Amino acid sequence: MIRFDGVTKQYPDGTVAVDDLTLTAPTGKITVLVGPSGCGKTTSLRMINRMIEPTRGTISLDGQDTARMNEAEMRRGIGYVIQHAGLFPHRTVLDNVGTVPRLLGWDKKEIRERSRELLDRVGLAPELADRYPSQLSGGQQQRVGVARALAADPPVMLMDEPFSAVDPVVRDQLQDVFLDLQGELGKTIVFVTHDIDEAIKLGDQVAVLRVGGKLAQISDPAYLLAHPSDDFVADFVGRDRGYRSLQFQPSPKLPLAHERTLLVGESTDGMSSAWALVVDNERRPLGWVEPSRVEGPVTTEMLHRGGTVARASGSLRGVLDAALSSPARRGVIVDDSGSLVGTVRAHEVLSLIESVDRPDEDLADAFAESEPETSR
Amino acid sequence: MTWVSDHWNEIFTLARSHVWLSGLPLILGLVIALPLGWAARRWSRIYPVLISTSGLLYTIPSLALFIIMPIILGTQVLDPVNVVVAMTIYTVALLVRTVADGLGSVPDHVLQAARAMGYGGLRRFVGVELPLAVPVIAAGLRVAAVSNVSIVSVASLVGISQLGNLMTDGYARLIYSEIIAGLVACVVLALVFDGLILLAQRLLTPWLPAQGGRA
Repeated sequence: MIRFDGVTKQYPDGTVAVDDLTLTAPTGKITVLVGPSGCGKTTSLRMINRMIEPTRGTISLDGQDTARMNEAEMRRGIGYVIQHAGLFPHRTVLDNVGTVPRLLGWDKKEIRERSRELLDRVGLAPELADRYPSQLSGGQQQRVGVARALAADPPVMLMDEPFSAVDPVVRDQLQDVFLDLQGELGKTIVFVTHDIDEAIKLGDQVAVLRVGGKLAQISDPAYLLAHPSDDFVADFVGRDRGYRSLQFQPSPKLPLAHERTLLVGESTDGMSSAWALVVDNERRPLGWVEPSRVEGPVTTEMLHRGGTVARASGSLRGVLDAALSSPARRGVIVDDSGSLVGTVRAHEVLSLIESVDRPDEDLADAFAESEPETSR
Repeated sequence: MTWVSDHWNEIFTLARSHVWLSGLPLILGLVIALPLGWAARRWSRIYPVLISTSGLLYTIPSLALFIIMPIILGTQVLDPVNVVVAMTIYTVALLVRTVADGLGSVPDHVLQAARAMGYGGLRRFVGVELPLAVPVIAAGLRVAAVSNVSIVSVASLVGISQLGNLMTDGYARLIYSEIIAGLVACVVLALVFDGLILLAQRLLTPWLPAQGGRA
């Protein structure tokens, strides 16, 4: 657990970067610090491992004041990932990953084994081990950065916009890899980003900071979207927060309609509906066709692939999106193995949404109650 | 050209002493410039002082420096140490800035990552900063090497033998072959030094793309 207690950072020229920050990053959870530039999020992060010294206040790791620890030793126990990965250009990928174990004086063979294991964990091919960072793509470098931070299995990880410098598709992949890893490892993570979508996707807890380094609101993401504490937070979490908050609402039982399907190679002759769903042999949806516009057997080139597919066990956001994006106006719903279970219409999803309560004050109370317990 | 073949041994002896008088100061100068350059980076206030002082040292005429060395060091007038020390001063003058700039060329995010991972000061310098500064330092070292080879030849005027003797002697006795032999030998020596430093740099920086000497 990481605890900020009345932490202020004021520079000699009088600028206040962080103003009386008090918050707790609970053990085994991801706490995201988010805010516009100049809100002191990175400064706050760097004060945890004392790359920046706080002017006032204390920061403690599991109850121990970091000011009283040996800096270098403390830092070896804290994983650190930054925007451009900050890899050592003169070391191979494998040696980069083994940095902290080497500083800790591990046995050489042990370091190599551990480093190889981590490359595998973050999804990098073993043949990349002997390359230099400049020979990797941005996304691969970032994976190495994460592997390096994890090498000595630190209980705490600090991540400073680690996924901001890569393109959106790669960012999405990296976020998923990261969440998978965190699911297994359960590190105490403080994560800085300016991207509210990333904050909401990754955070167990999201702290919104405003310019001047003041904490505007801290809560779980669903509550944050539903109940922004003031205009600043409301503005910052964005326009489509109503839609995005559906991400945190699991789908209730959906009123699924049976959908007539056909396989690739079958003919649409005799089908009267405007759109027909094409599936493969395992009933996995492939796309839609318009029977009135095609002749003969269906080929994969004919398929309209605009629609998204939602899992029945997923969130209402996915289900609504499937309905909205489907050319047939019928959202395609699958089970966990990806097989079609039926379709659902947007108005049906909307009435479900209306019947589900938004996250309410109870959640906030529950959150507030957990505070004194963790701050001991 | 018969002059060269007749005096082969003499040329070789002079070249060997030329190598010592210009090469040893190169190594000593680098060893001294490393901590100075590091200090110039570490404390930004002394950077301008160090840079202008070392620049000033380089403007002292070599002949004057060779002559006053025995007075400062208390050595014999014909002691080669005078030349070695003087050349070391020139090398330091050239390399302090190079080392400081080389260390300055290390990307900030790399330094930050090193700190955040728990690298202590000295270990960070040796393990991260210095290896990454090698391309810039090597470039400066190549300039210093060539400059040393050239300046050392002046030492003939104070009675220290090396390839410069071929030129002073050739001029005094109007033997043009001898002057040209001295000139060519100096150029070859400078090229050898340059090649050796380049080779060392390549070996020390396997991570750089192969085509780039980045001189």
